[in-house]
Amino acid sequence: MSATTNASSEVPSASAVWLKRLLGCGIGAVLIVLLFAALDWTGTDYAYLAAYTVVQFILLATAWNILGGYAGYVNFGTAAFFAIGCYTTVFCYKAFQLPLLATLPISAVLAGLVGLGTGYLTLRLRGVFFSICTLAMAVVLQTLVTNWNYVGGSRGAYILRPESVPLFGSYSRFLFAIMLAMAIGSVLLARHIERTWLGRGLAAIRDEELAAESSGVPALRLKLIATSLSGALMGLAGTPFPYFITYVDPTTAFSLNIAVNTIAMPLIGGTATWLGPVVGALLLGIIQQWVTVTISSSLNLMIVGVLLVLFVAVAPNGMVGFVQGLRRRKA
Amino acid sequence: MDITWDLFVNALLSGLLLGGFYAATAVGITIAFGMLDIANIAHPAFMMLGAFLAYYFNTWLGVDPLIVTLVVMPFAFLLGRCVYKLYYQAFERRSDESLQGLAFFFGVLFIVEVGLLLVFGVDYRFVTAPYIGPSIGMGPISVPMRMVVPLLVGVGLVISVQVFLSRTFMGRAILAVAQDREALRLVGVDPIWIKEIAFGIALATAVAAGALLIIIQPVEPSVGRDFIGRVFAICVLGGMTSLGGTVLASAIVGVAESFTSTFAGPSWAPAVSFGLLIITLAIRPSGIFGR
Amino acid sequence: MRRISRRQSMAMIGPAIVSATVPALAQSAAAPIKIGFGMALTGGLAGGGKAALLTYQIWQEEVNARGGILGRKVELVYYDDQSSPATVPGIYSKLLDVDKVDLIVSGYATVPTAAAMPVVMQRKKLFVSLFALAVNEQFNYPRYFQMQANGPDAKHEFSRGFLEVAASLDPKPQTIALAGTDAEFPHIALEGTRDNLKKYGFKIVYDKTYPPSTIDFIPIMRAIKASNPDLILICSYPPDSSGMIRAAHEVGVTARLFGGGLVGLQFAALKAQLGPLLNNIVCFDYYVPEPTLKFPKIEEFLVRYRAKAVAAGVDPLGLYIPPYAFAEMQVLEQAITAVGSTDDDKLAQHLHKTTFKTVVGDIKFADNGEWAESGMMLVQYQNIAGNDVEQFKQAGKQVIVYPKQFASGAIKSPFDTVKR
Repeated sequence: MSATTNASSEVPSASAVWLKRLLGCGIGAVLIVLLFAALDWTGTDYAYLAAYTVVQFILLATAWNILGGYAGYVNFGTAAFFAIGCYTTVFCYKAFQLPLLATLPISAVLAGLVGLGTGYLTLRLRGVFFSICTLAMAVVLQTLVTNWNYVGGSRGAYILRPESVPLFGSYSRFLFAIMLAMAIGSVLLARHIERTWLGRGLAAIRDEELAAESSGVPALRLKLIATSLSGALMGLAGTPFPYFITYVDPTTAFSLNIAVNTIAMPLIGGTATWLGPVVGALLLGIIQQWVTVTISSSLNLMIVGVLLVLFVAVAPNGMVGFVQGLRRRKA
Repeated sequence: MDITWDLFVNALLSGLLLGGFYAATAVGITIAFGMLDIANIAHPAFMMLGAFLAYYFNTWLGVDPLIVTLVVMPFAFLLGRCVYKLYYQAFERRSDESLQGLAFFFGVLFIVEVGLLLVFGVDYRFVTAPYIGPSIGMGPISVPMRMVVPLLVGVGLVISVQVFLSRTFMGRAILAVAQDREALRLVGVDPIWIKEIAFGIALATAVAAGALLIIIQPVEPSVGRDFIGRVFAICVLGGMTSLGGTVLASAIVGVAESFTSTFAGPSWAPAVSFGLLIITLAIRPSGIFGR
Repeated sequence: MRRISRRQSMAMIGPAIVSATVPALAQSAAAPIKIGFGMALTGGLAGGGKAALLTYQIWQEEVNARGGILGRKVELVYYDDQSSPATVPGIYSKLLDVDKVDLIVSGYATVPTAAAMPVVMQRKKLFVSLFALAVNEQFNYPRYFQMQANGPDAKHEFSRGFLEVAASLDPKPQTIALAGTDAEFPHIALEGTRDNLKKYGFKIVYDKTYPPSTIDFIPIMRAIKASNPDLILICSYPPDSSGMIRAAHEVGVTARLFGGGLVGLQFAALKAQLGPLLNNIVCFDYYVPEPTLKFPKIEEFLVRYRAKAVAAGVDPLGLYIPPYAFAEMQVLEQAITAVGSTDDDKLAQHLHKTTFKTVVGDIKFADNGEWAESGMMLVQYQNIAGNDVEQFKQAGKQVIVYPKQFASGAIKSPFDTVKR
C-alpha cells in the first residue's frame, strides 16, 4: 500500500506526513490487539512468559545498538545495567513495597547515571579497552551486590507477585504489556535518534572519531548521551525481571548470557538502523524459546554463539544490511 | 579475627604462588593482544579446553596432566594458527577489526564454553596426581604442593617464551611485527605468517595454563569467565608488550587476591583483578612498564 | 541514514510476530497421574538428586505393577535443575503450563525448593519437599509439607545435637567458629545456631560466609585456625563440605569438635572420596546402620534400592535420601487413594490430619508442614580406614552420639588432622 520513500527526492507535505504517522499508529494498534489475541488463544501463562522474553530482548538489543551500532562502542557490560534494574526492584520491594510502575522511573534514572559514570571513566579509552572495562565494571558491580545482604546477596531474593491486576487480568499479561510498551518506546526512540543530529554525530564518531572531532563534533558529549540512554533503557529492561522470574540472585541477574544475546541480536539483525536489533531479537529470541521447550536450554547459547560468529564473519552488516545489499544489486 | 604474622606470611606466599600461575595464563594475551593487537577474549575458553583435556586423559588413561599438556600443546598451536587465519580472512584483511573482531571472539568464547558444558556437564571436575594433596611445611608456614607445581611449570613456560622471543629468528620477527609490519616485509618476511605463528603460540600457552588450573582447583566450564578480566588486567598492568611486566603484574594480582580472600573474605576476590584493571586504565593506561 | 520502507519492515516483522505464538498444547484429561518436578541431576547436589530420582522410579514401577493409583498409571515428568535455583521457576512454570502435570513435588535440598515457592504459591499447588530446611518459615504456606525428620523447630534442631555434645565435653569448651555457604540452607541453619548459642554461652570468635562458587577453602581454614576456636561448626553443601575438610587437613586445623551441618558426608561418593579424612568429624544424619536404630521396613527397601543403584551409577549405600524419597511417594500414594482425587486442597487437608505408615516409620506433620517429631541425630565418623565404601554398611563407623536414647557409642575428641 505504501510507496517506497525516496530520501533524496521530493519533501512530503505536512499533512501527508501526519497521515502516514496516523496510519502507522493504526497498523501498530491492530497488530498489538492481534498479538494479545493470539497469546490469549494459547490459553497458557507460559505463552506470555515466552513472549515477554522475546520482547525483553528487543528492548535490550535496541538499547545496546544505540551505543554499539550507532557509535561503534561495544558494551559487554549489558548485564550490569540489567541487574541495576533488577536490584532496584528488589530493594524497592523490600524497603518500600513499591509497585512495579513506580519503580520503573527510579531504575531508569539510576541505570542512566551509572551509564554516565561509566562513560566518563572509560570513553576516553580506545574501543577495545572500553569494552573490556564494561566487562570489568559488570563484575565489580556483581561482587558488590553479592556482598549486599539486604537484597539477599548470594542467597538471592524472592518476589511474590500480586494476585491480579485491574484491566489486564493475569499478572503475566500485565508484565508482557509493560515490556511491550517499553520495547516499542525504545524502538521509536532509536528511530528518532537516527534521524536527528545525535544519530548523525554518533555515525561520524563510529566511522572516524578523530576526523569527526576535528570537524567540530562534540564526541565525548555525544558518547556520554548515548551511554546514558543505552544504560537507562537496559535498566528498564531489568526492572520487571524479578516479578517475572520470582527468584533472583546475582548469578542470574549478572549473567554473561544476557550480554552475549544482547550483542548477537543487533549484529545478526544489522547495526545500522533501528530495524536490525528488532529483527535480530525476534529471530534469535523465537529460536531460543522454541529450543528451550523442545530440546534443552543449554543448546541456546551454542546457537547464539554459532550464529554470532557466522554472521559477523560472513554478513557483517547483518540481515538488514544483507537484504539491502541484494536490493541494491537488483536495482 | 586477629591479623597474625602467620596468616600474613601464608597469604603472601599463596599469592605469589598464584601469581606464578597467573603469569602462565597471561602470557598468551601479552602476545596476542599486546604484540599483535588481537583482542582475544576467547583466551580463557581455550584455557578451559586445556583443563578439560587434561581431566579427560587423566581420568580415562591415568596420565599425569602435565604430560597431557606437553602432548596437546602442538595441536593447540595448529588450532591457534587456524583461528588466526580465520580471523585474518574475515576481519583484519577488511580492517574491520574493532566491533566485528571483538564480537567474533566473544562468540568463540561461548561456543567453546557451551561445547564443554554439553560434553562434560556442569559438575566440577578434578584431576588426581601424586603432587595433589600433600603440603610442604616449614614450621607455621605450609604450602600445598598443588600450588607449587603450577608455579614452577608456569614460570618455566614464561621463561621459555621469553627466550624464544629474544633469541630465535622467529621470535625476533614476532617482536618486530609488533613494532613495524612494513619494515618486516622489506626484510622479506611475510608478517601475516609471523602473526599466525605468534597466535598459535599464544593459544598453546592458553591450553597449557588450563592444565595447570585444573591441578590447582576443580573446574567446570564457566570458570573461564573469571579469567577474562584477570588476564587482560595483568596484560595492561604489565605494560602490554613486556613479558617481564606480565610476570610482575601477575604477582601483584595474585597477592592482592590472596590478601583480599584471607582478610576481607573470599566473596570480594573476584572484584580484585577487575578493579585493578579499571584503576590502571583510569590512571595509568600504559601500565607499570609501559612506554 | 537510509530509511526502511514500510513494506520492507512489514516483510520482516510480520512473519516473525505471527510465528511468535506458541501453539497451545492441547491435552485432554489423560488417564495417567502426572507428577512433575525439577531435580538436581547435575551440579553440587546431584549426589542426592540422582538417588532421589532413582527412588521415585523404583516406587513408580512398583505402584504401576499394582495397577497404579485409583486405577491410573503414574507418570513422572522431570527436568534437571542443575543444582541452580535460577532454573527452578522456569521448570515449574513449564511443568504446570506446558506439560500440564497433576501434582508437583520439589527437587532435592533447600535451595531449589525455596526457589520454587513463589510459583507454587501463585498456583496454589500442594508441595511436598525433600530435605529442605525450614523453607516455610518465611512463606507460611498451608499446603507445604516437608520430608525430612527435622521436627517442627527445624531451624534450631540442626545445631542442637552439636552444641549439646559440645557442652558435655570436659573441660567445657569456650569458643566456637561458624562458617557457611552464602545460600539458603546454611543461612537458616546458622541463624538457628546463633539463637541456640545464647543458651550455651560459647563465644563466637569467627563468623563468616563465603559465596557458593568458592573453590579455594584454604584462606577460610587459615583464618578459622588463626581465631583459635575450641569448636568449629560448618554448614555447607557437598562440594564445599569436601573442600572444607580437605583444606582443614592441608592447613592443619585442630578442634575439640568439628563439623555439624556438612551436607554431603551422608552420600556414598563423598564418604569414599574422603575416607579417613572423615575420622572424628561429627555431622547430622537420620538413618545409619547402628544397632540402636531400627526402622522395620527400611532394610528390605534398601535391598531393593541397592540392587538397582549400582547399575544406575547412583549412591550405592542409599542411607540418606532414598528411604525418605520413598516415604514421600508412599505418603502421596496413601493420600491420593484416601482422598480419591488429585485435588491439591483436599490432599493438603488430608496430609495435615493423618499419620502415615512408611519405610521410615510413622510420619505425622505439624501445622507448619514439618514433621511433628524430630528424628535428627548427631553422628560421628570413627575408625574409618581406607576409601572402600562397603565399610559404611557396618555398624561402628558412623556412631550415634546424640540423642541419648539412640546413642551407640562415646564421642571421640578432639578432631585432629591426619599426620603425614
